[in-house]
Amino acid sequence: MTSILELHHLSKIFRGGVVAVDDLSLDIREGEFLTMLGPSGCGKTTTLRMIGGFEYPDAGSVMLDGRDITNDPPYSRPVNMMFQDFALFPHMTAEENIGYGLKIAGVGKTPTAERVRAMLDMIELPGMGARFPSELSVGQQQRVALARALVNNPRILLLDEPMSALDAKLKESMQVELRHIHDRVGITFVMVTHDQTEAMIMSDRIMVMHAGRIEQIGTPTDLYDHPRTAYVAEFLGASNMIPATIRRDGGDVVACAGSMTVRLDRNTGDSGTRSLFMRPEKIRLVPRESEAGDGSSTFSGTVKELFFSGNMVRIDLDVGAERPVIVHRQLDTELAAAGLPGVGDIVTCAVNPEALKLFDTAEVAAMKAEEAAA
Amino acid sequence: MKPRTRRLLNFWSLFTGPALWWGTVLLVPYLMMLAISFYTRQFPFHVPDFQFGNYVTLIADSQYFTVLLRSLWIALAVSVTTFCLSYPLAYFLAFKVRSNRLRLFLYTAAIVPLWVSYLLRAYTWKTILGSEGILNSFLMWIGIISEPSTIFLYNQGAMVVTMAYIFTPFMVMPIYASLEKIPRSLIEASKDLGAPRFTTFRKITLPLSMPGVLAGFTFTFGLSIGDFISPILVGGPYSNMIANVVATQFGMAMNWPLGSALGVVLLVIVLGIITASDKLERIGRINLG
Repeated sequence: MTSILELHHLSKIFRGGVVAVDDLSLDIREGEFLTMLGPSGCGKTTTLRMIGGFEYPDAGSVMLDGRDITNDPPYSRPVNMMFQDFALFPHMTAEENIGYGLKIAGVGKTPTAERVRAMLDMIELPGMGARFPSELSVGQQQRVALARALVNNPRILLLDEPMSALDAKLKESMQVELRHIHDRVGITFVMVTHDQTEAMIMSDRIMVMHAGRIEQIGTPTDLYDHPRTAYVAEFLGASNMIPATIRRDGGDVVACAGSMTVRLDRNTGDSGTRSLFMRPEKIRLVPRESEAGDGSSTFSGTVKELFFSGNMVRIDLDVGAERPVIVHRQLDTELAAAGLPGVGDIVTCAVNPEALKLFDTAEVAAMKAEEAAA
Repeated sequence: MKPRTRRLLNFWSLFTGPALWWGTVLLVPYLMMLAISFYTRQFPFHVPDFQFGNYVTLIADSQYFTVLLRSLWIALAVSVTTFCLSYPLAYFLAFKVRSNRLRLFLYTAAIVPLWVSYLLRAYTWKTILGSEGILNSFLMWIGIISEPSTIFLYNQGAMVVTMAYIFTPFMVMPIYASLEKIPRSLIEASKDLGAPRFTTFRKITLPLSMPGVLAGFTFTFGLSIGDFISPILVGGPYSNMIANVVATQFGMAMNWPLGSALGVVLLVIVLGIITASDKLERIGRINLG
């Protein structure tokens, strides 16, 4: 795929010396839905604003279709933004808001009216054009903002935390709808969010940012199943990060934490203390004493606590390690019929070596410290 | 105690004072003025009556109409001048000054003359514009004129300048408040959609700051149409405003009924302006949401 936008060694330092973006390089592909994901202050919004022209980088360049637009003002870039607060002009109707870009571009009255009507149909608000933003619901306001940003057929649509103003239900349906609109219009979307579920549902590729740098970039499954750093592993989905001792046991490499000993992939080849990473849903509860087969290793633990959250149960197991092992059990029956252990019961779990990863303990410790400070 | 009784008691314990104050120093005098405007003048005083003679005089004698027109004209000139001076200042404060401390300092600097006596501030302009004044000295020093000129002081221009200076804070404050309320994202959105700076100002910033502009105009227009100090201090001949005539009627001319009638006319004009501006603002507010 050809790239539409290239960021070359982009840096932005704010007053007071805060490095918002630190030597960031990125290729965005034509037509993709790319999400910049990270906690607040990681530099994702600043990066987006540099693409939009609302901030200028202190170093590096922004190339759109091979043309250097680094220092172009927002009004001369074929890039449009959907703002976090929607930024609808309160003194204009929905129609006037949507048609604003066309009017500025000098498009005639009739074609403007036609295009605006087409946009209103697309966002499923036909006949609502004469309303003012204050007369629209939050969801409707968002649709108008989307239509306004798409009306000029931008090369790239930027979306700054588009769902943050919506309640949970609306958020879910808009995520799907926005995805559909992306597929229909064929425009490159670049979104910023701190919501990892949203990023995974909507994006073709996700770029996880941390402290102004790219931590990892890839498809949602790449990032979820093969996190390259502890930061990515922790940020996407739930995870266990347990300090463990790595040693050789016959032909195998094993990780030990408390009473738990699990086999790792043979080529992990390492020793010393590392952080053992396991996704809670990849740990299965198995009947006692049984061998799990398929190369999985088993371990036992005491149930410390159970948390019911509707479609699943979170089980905290004490295995005598520094922190409990968290297991997620999806429920396909009512809770009472699921045959779950009670608090204090000893249960056996199985986990496949493929689902295990090791990360540097120092890296994990630094990350935890950062989390605690935030 | 029943909740209703308690509510009433609470209400009146709070509002008896203000109600008394408002009634005795505002409402009663207005009613007295209205009543006296229908009295008949009987030198050296007046007798209670109900007749429209005083109002007829105001219409029949063209000098009153001239003064009224002049007052309206001066008030308009002051408002427009003040607006032209204040909008850029307020815009600069709201959008261009990045440091909060500097902004507060500049804002205070623009407002602080309000703490100085009106009379003193009006008088200052005498020392600036007069023939021995600062302006003349400066112009002679740089060599534009060779001897002091008297054209600066004692005319309507001097009045407009003086009042524009005095009423600037009343224009800056509401405009600044309305500009500050405009979300920055609206301005960014406009630029994002292709509108350069000036187009963005014309289509977004200016319309959204209109409530402030309107409030500023109402203040300055209302204050300057009733002004009678600057005509005395810097106005010179042919600068009488409606308030000067009112003052004369109550003083030297000893014609309270006519003065009251003029006062009522002035009051109606000011109330009309306030109502109109309120109506306009309401229309604007529907659009603003």
